[in-house]
Amino acid sequence: MKKKIIIGGIISVLLAGGAASAFAIIWRPAIAAIAPPKPESFGPVLVKRGRELAALGNCNDCHTVRGARNFAGGVPVPTPFGTVYSSNITPDPETGIGRWSEQAFLRAMRSGVDREGRHLYPTFPYDHFTNVSDDDDRALYAFLMTREPVRAGAPANQLSFPFNQRAVVAGWKLLFLRRDAYRPDPAKSAEWNRGAYLVEGLAHCSACHTPRNALGAERLNAVFAGGDVESWKAYAINAQSPSPVPWDADALYAYLRSGYHPDHGTARGPMAEVVSNLSAVQASDVHAIAIYMADAFGAPSPERKRQGEAALAQAKSAPAAIAPANATGAAIYAAACANCHESGRSVPYGGVNLGLSTAVSGPDPRNLANIVLAGVRPDEGERSSIMPGPPASMSDAQIATLLNYLRARFSTQPAWSHVERIVAEARRTQTVSLETEAGARNAPAAPSQRDKP
Amino acid sequence: MMRLKVNGQDHQIDAEPDTPLLYVLRDDLKLNAAKFGCGLGQCGSCTVIIDGKAVLSCVTPMVLLEGKQVTTLEGLGNVSQPAPIQRAFMEEQAAQCGYCIAGMMMRAQALLQRNRKPTDEQIRSELAPHLCRCGTHMRILRAVHRAARLMETAELAPADKRSAQ
Repeated sequence: MKKKIIIGGIISVLLAGGAASAFAIIWRPAIAAIAPPKPESFGPVLVKRGRELAALGNCNDCHTVRGARNFAGGVPVPTPFGTVYSSNITPDPETGIGRWSEQAFLRAMRSGVDREGRHLYPTFPYDHFTNVSDDDDRALYAFLMTREPVRAGAPANQLSFPFNQRAVVAGWKLLFLRRDAYRPDPAKSAEWNRGAYLVEGLAHCSACHTPRNALGAERLNAVFAGGDVESWKAYAINAQSPSPVPWDADALYAYLRSGYHPDHGTARGPMAEVVSNLSAVQASDVHAIAIYMADAFGAPSPERKRQGEAALAQAKSAPAAIAPANATGAAIYAAACANCHESGRSVPYGGVNLGLSTAVSGPDPRNLANIVLAGVRPDEGERSSIMPGPPASMSDAQIATLLNYLRARFSTQPAWSHVERIVAEARRTQTVSLETEAGARNAPAAPSQRDKP
Repeated sequence: MMRLKVNGQDHQIDAEPDTPLLYVLRDDLKLNAAKFGCGLGQCGSCTVIIDGKAVLSCVTPMVLLEGKQVTTLEGLGNVSQPAPIQRAFMEEQAAQCGYCIAGMMMRAQALLQRNRKPTDEQIRSELAPHLCRCGTHMRILRAVHRAARLMETAELAPADKRSAQ
């Protein structure tokens, strides 16, 4: 009898302890709502710094619907678990973060919990933002709280059970939210460390460029090995990079700052928005990112270097006069592509030689299909690439024929498979995001805008 | 030899598969409304309509056109019987040098065929790939609106009826 009581007691204690620790893991208190602070309560220098940090963090990419009001949220983010809608981060008191104190904002950035104490889904990359300094968080808060408030509630997330339970996110954090991911490395230069701080923190590069595991967390054994974002391939940006010419710090800086590089081509898709944002921040920060990422790519092997030099030499030489195996693809290329892509004019005045294009040498044809279908609209007021599109007269099969031709002629990699199906998918998914608006959205790309707070 | 249907008429064309449609229209069929501007698909002056869609004929090779229907400005109407889009451009005096205008009209026509009442913004976005160095943009904008009004009452152009079938 006594024994039973003891066992029962132990079980109760364990259960209570389990419940208490589960409660401790899951439960977060609400932080008191405040009256929305007046915009003039924030200093202009702080706000301007916040604006640059928001650009470095690419906030608008997820928090602004194309063509709609800035930072008003509602962008659907597709995940393997369902669709999560981004939240309104304007200072609207009802639908935005107007009633959030600075402390509530810092907690959201640091640990993915909203003001009311609910766990946020890790589509909001707090697994990176946990590395952002308090000072930078405060500047971001100042910037966001001085934006125009927009009344806009986000649609309800469409997630299946159990992912529609926010308590699950607490478990996810226990498994994957590291708070010590970034540490300055005293052996490296100040610039390298600045780059590391930005890349691993606010800029959250690996959120797209690292593959994710079954639970949607970045795979630590494959950092920068390439991921999937929307309907695009985010290329590997480490030693496995499929770029024909190896990247170095100078090329990375030019590309990230201006959106193109003669030996690599033009940033497109979600990366176009990233480089558009990076055109508006301190040059020194972009340079630091380039230094750090060049290290992530690593110095190319002698073999890789030789291949890169061969690709560059081939791009400069006259095309080989051999009868192509794919005559239709060759005819389309000759009439529709070669005039710009073999013009010898440097990017962005001419198209990149396709022997240098990562889209042609990449692991799958999605990006190339997206670009061929959409074309490239020039940015207003900026030197930028232009490519006519969409080619209304080309069927999916004809585009697939062209893509197969480009792959065979301009890449040393094996042929792609399912090209026609991928073209059809690209046509279905990209129309809304690419054909409706000229240029990247909400990008302070016009030079005249760059100094505004 | 390949068969090409232009403005409702069948033609037998002897051209290489990579010959741009523009060359065939101008050199073989003597249809000179579509202009050679840049030859790179960047100025819009060569625009024609293929199966209802505006297409840059200077970068469209013949190999893509088997069985397709091509409409050029000549197919919409002529001086004595102008199509609504042509009448509207004349009435608004939208041409200065006129080099870009045939292409502008063709893309505007394709737009109006799928959207009978486009907004200012839709017209601007649609015509964005077209360059006009004379600066008659505001007149062009007015002309497209006028054409939309004309089309509410006027008959579609003859070639249009054919391509709509």
